[in-house]
Amino acid sequence: MRGALVAQPGTVDEAVAALAATPGAQLLAGGTDFCVEVNFGMRRPPAVVALRRVAELRRIEMTPSQAVIGACTTYADMGGEPLATAFPGLAAAARTVGSPQIRNAGTLGGNVATASPAGDTLPLLVALDARMRLRGPTGERTVSLSELVTGVKRTGIAPDEVLVDVVIDRRPGPQEFLKVGTRNAMVIAIASVAVVVDVESREVRVGLGSVAPVPLRARDAEAHAREAIDWDALSVGEAGAARFGELVASACAPITDHRSTAEYRRHAVQVIARRALERCVRRAC
Amino acid sequence: MPASSATGVSQRVTGGEVRDRVGDSPSRPDGVQKVRGEFAFSSDLWMDAMLWGKTLRSPHVAARIRAIDPSPALAIPGVRAVLTASDVPGRPTFGLEDPDQPVFADDVVRYHGEPVAAVAADHPETARAAALAIAVDYEPIAPLVDPEEALTAPPIHPEGNLFRHVAIRHGDPHAHGDVVVEGTYEVGMQDQAFLGLESGLAVPAEDGGVDLYVATQWLHVDRDQIAASLGLPADRVRLYLSGVGGAFGGREDVSLQIHLCMLALRTGRPVKMVYSRDESFFGHVHRHPARMWYRHHATRDGDLVKVEARIVLDGGAYLSSSRAVISNAACFAPGPYRVPNAVIDGYAVRTNNPPCGAMRGFGAVQACFGHEAQMDKLAVALSMDPVDLRLRNALERFDRLVTGQVLTGAVPVREVIRAAAAHPLPAPLGPDDPMLARPGGAGATADAAHVRRGVGFAVSVKNVAYSEGFDDYATARLRIEAGLDLDAAPVATVTVATAEVGQGFVTLAQQIVREELGVTRVVLAPANTVDVGSAGSSSASRQTWMSGGALQRACAVVRRELITRAAEMWECPVACCRFENGMVVRVDTVTDVGDDAEGVHVSVGELLAHGHVETEEEYHHAPTKALDAMGQGDAHLSFMFAAHRAVVDLDPDLGLVRVVQIATGQDVGRALHPVQVIGQIEGGVAQGVGLAVMEEIVVSEGRVRNPSFTDYLLPTVLDMPEVVATLVEEPEPGAPYGAKGVGEPPAISSGPAVMAAIRNATGLSLTRVPVHPEDIARSTGS
Ligand SMILES: Cc1cc2nc3c(=O)[nH]c(=O)nc-3n(C[C@H](O)[C@H](O)[C@H](O)COP(=O)(O)OP(=O)(O)OC[C@H]3O[C@@H](n4cnc5c(N)ncnc54)[C@H](O)[C@@H]3O)c2cc1C
Repeated sequence: MRGALVAQPGTVDEAVAALAATPGAQLLAGGTDFCVEVNFGMRRPPAVVALRRVAELRRIEMTPSQAVIGACTTYADMGGEPLATAFPGLAAAARTVGSPQIRNAGTLGGNVATASPAGDTLPLLVALDARMRLRGPTGERTVSLSELVTGVKRTGIAPDEVLVDVVIDRRPGPQEFLKVGTRNAMVIAIASVAVVVDVESREVRVGLGSVAPVPLRARDAEAHAREAIDWDALSVGEAGAARFGELVASACAPITDHRSTAEYRRHAVQVIARRALERCVRRAC
Repeated sequence: MPASSATGVSQRVTGGEVRDRVGDSPSRPDGVQKVRGEFAFSSDLWMDAMLWGKTLRSPHVAARIRAIDPSPALAIPGVRAVLTASDVPGRPTFGLEDPDQPVFADDVVRYHGEPVAAVAADHPETARAAALAIAVDYEPIAPLVDPEEALTAPPIHPEGNLFRHVAIRHGDPHAHGDVVVEGTYEVGMQDQAFLGLESGLAVPAEDGGVDLYVATQWLHVDRDQIAASLGLPADRVRLYLSGVGGAFGGREDVSLQIHLCMLALRTGRPVKMVYSRDESFFGHVHRHPARMWYRHHATRDGDLVKVEARIVLDGGAYLSSSRAVISNAACFAPGPYRVPNAVIDGYAVRTNNPPCGAMRGFGAVQACFGHEAQMDKLAVALSMDPVDLRLRNALERFDRLVTGQVLTGAVPVREVIRAAAAHPLPAPLGPDDPMLARPGGAGATADAAHVRRGVGFAVSVKNVAYSEGFDDYATARLRIEAGLDLDAAPVATVTVATAEVGQGFVTLAQQIVREELGVTRVVLAPANTVDVGSAGSSSASRQTWMSGGALQRACAVVRRELITRAAEMWECPVACCRFENGMVVRVDTVTDVGDDAEGVHVSVGELLAHGHVETEEEYHHAPTKALDAMGQGDAHLSFMFAAHRAVVDLDPDLGLVRVVQIATGQDVGRALHPVQVIGQIEGGVAQGVGLAVMEEIVVSEGRVRNPSFTDYLLPTVLDMPEVVATLVEEPEPGAPYGAKGVGEPPAISSGPAVMAAIRNATGLSLTRVPVHPEDIARSTGS
């Protein structure tokens, strides 16, 4: 980082221009992934474009049907209102991230751009079919999260593009996010699940983290839940909930590494998926 | 108070009202600075025109070095020196017990991360790039990573693969009990994980020597090792203690000291080095991983008959303090119980794994996981309450250890057990308790209905100070003089080389001087090797006893000198004078003190009017003996006992654990600073809990897989249980103020108590620590 140039644009367009002006320049948001990689010698950018002063990136805009969340929205912001009421699953995910310091610095855009399988906002974003708005020198484009994230820490964000915001549709009904780690706080997920129950459209959406190279939907489990739930009573039977857990587990493709085993991840995601569903809808007696 | 009627300002200043004595809990002299972030740690060291050092470490676990070419590094602008094994001017090796570790790997690399070269450059980034540019031609060789194999495998070091075998044969080796339980246990490699990274600044001196500012645990032993490798007389290498951000044993061995001094002497410039967190995991020794087999025999009534044990500690590539660690593991293998017969074999071996050495608890920690699991097994086999079984077999004064040593000091084992058990149990987890208080914590994984509670108990024993015939001593210098302000209140200056690693000796030193001399103003001079003799190591729970003892002795010498001065003034025999509450009192005159107090007592301040008093004293603890071939001998000075009761909440489906409470009774001899004792207990519990449920350096095929705080997990505040403690105060005969050490016991039996509680909640045998969620969930899950 010795002698790295630092640009501090005030607008998204200036940020795009700054990226274009210096080949190899990289965006810096909260720095909570970026600086760790610098410390480990894995990242040596010749120039840095710091987003802190770009006010338009740190906004949450609510409409009756959507939320538009600026890329530089922090976890602390996401954990509170208005998202806590409108997207309780996202707020819950934000509250599981790191420590207070990390939640004050780390951003949604950084989580998406890092695209770690353990990124805690990603299961909910994938469950909600979140759309990512990106701006580059040739203009703006919008892609879904599942299109954007192509592999472990790999995305389709071009080096000259800025992720501007994330758009998610409002879904009336309960949402849950559960995360398993080997410590009670500040831990990288070894399995996580987001469950969204839309009581209007009567559908269930499931996003999984840390159990595959990319955040996953569990479509078979979703279809099963749709059938298993008694929508009028908003409840689910014991067998239906158990089957839901099994189908979630069979959707994933976990690995064994120094953090956990594939076997445990699969087991854990089954347990927490079932619990998440049972928290969203009552257990039928 | 005898002098309370005396008149004069000096009486108020130096008289019986001196606060913050031994037994009080004054605040630390460095406390405010530390809390405000103003305390200078060794990583803050700075000097104009200094260079930055960087170590090149082996990427291989085991390799032959065919050639090293420093020229690509030297070609980088700003690089001032590249040093390798051939540049070491003096002894090519170092080591605490025996110098078997190369300063730089010469022909062979024996562990992942072993230093191969060091660079000095004008910028840390340049130094880093230069280290990577050094061309090293390695020929990897098959590493020896299994400690059992090490016993029979061809030697990977000229001094062989066996560091030490400790055989203990006590009583009748063929004795047999009615009830026999057997088990095999494993302990993973824990790291000290101190927050203050290894760092220092070496400054070349005009006399051809070097001044080194560094965070360490034992200045003088560092100095001797550095001087030997530099080929300099010891007095040309001067060490100054820099702010230490934790140690826990991990700073007992030399890390960057010799490299830094070599770079400074070669370049003629000050050189600073700071390890990164990942380098720190390679730069210091760790706690020995252990494999232990145990067989306990007891009578039907529950009296222990015999303990058999075989303990293998993986010492890694170099010796460090392995010999002393295995001695402790073997001596304390049975725990704090009366064991008439014992057959114990402890082995510390060399492998190509990371070197292991001192860490809080030093051998007693590993053994405790074994003996306490065994006691629980035995209780089940006997259908006895586990606490009753422990009470029944608890050591008492005048019992013998399995080493034959008779316990002549305070042995309140039953008292600590009863104290731990007496604390009320915490309320059960309710549906209204916050999610964060449940197993899984912030991950919000458990509803109250998923949670099961368990309770477990463990007891431990460990020695204070150095053992087995080591001449263990500490030195203290004390100067007392009239202050420069108006009332000339006396000022005492304490100079000790005692490394303040957080334990609070800086506070205690002030308390001791106030206690002994009744002087309020006590200043601590910086610790270094220039102004005072060795303090020994800040380890083995020894500094309160040792440096405290030296300082107490220095105070006594000062007191005698002040009494002599008073006697001369009064022209009376010294025997007629007594030191009391900061005054010298004449005891032979029965004067009516009503009007004229003159001549009855004189304040310290007045006695100093004609000059200061200064002395340097050494304190050696009572001699100990080496263990003989049968593992017998009075090897230890004194013993500390502690009991821990753990309460855990656990989610059996996911295998997640939250330790709810640790209740403890700890034998402290006497609490000289009760708040600091509680601080040691809470910190030790954090480390014990950490080892039980999460802390492990994962090493596979000799390679460290998790050298970062991302993956080496330490307990957070949500993992830290409530701690309730009872200090059992039975003064230790022969110890200054009757105080035993207090730093290590909290880290010894707290972890085994947690394991017992998890076994209690799950019914699983769980023989390895740290326990992982999958160990619990796989067997009890859905
Ligand atoms: C101690 C610690 C604990 C953590 N705990 C968690 C956790 O519990 N859960 C979790 O999910 N993560 C965790 N993280 C990781 C990290 O905090 C998150 O991924 C965070 O969201 C990253 O955001 P940032 O703003 O800090 O990104 P930065 O570090 O600034 O950037 C990360 C990457 O995103 C790129 N980037 C940033 N903004 C944009 C943008 N607008 N457009 C395009 N590219 C962009 C950067 O160029 C860089 O490549 C933790 C990190 C630390 C250090």
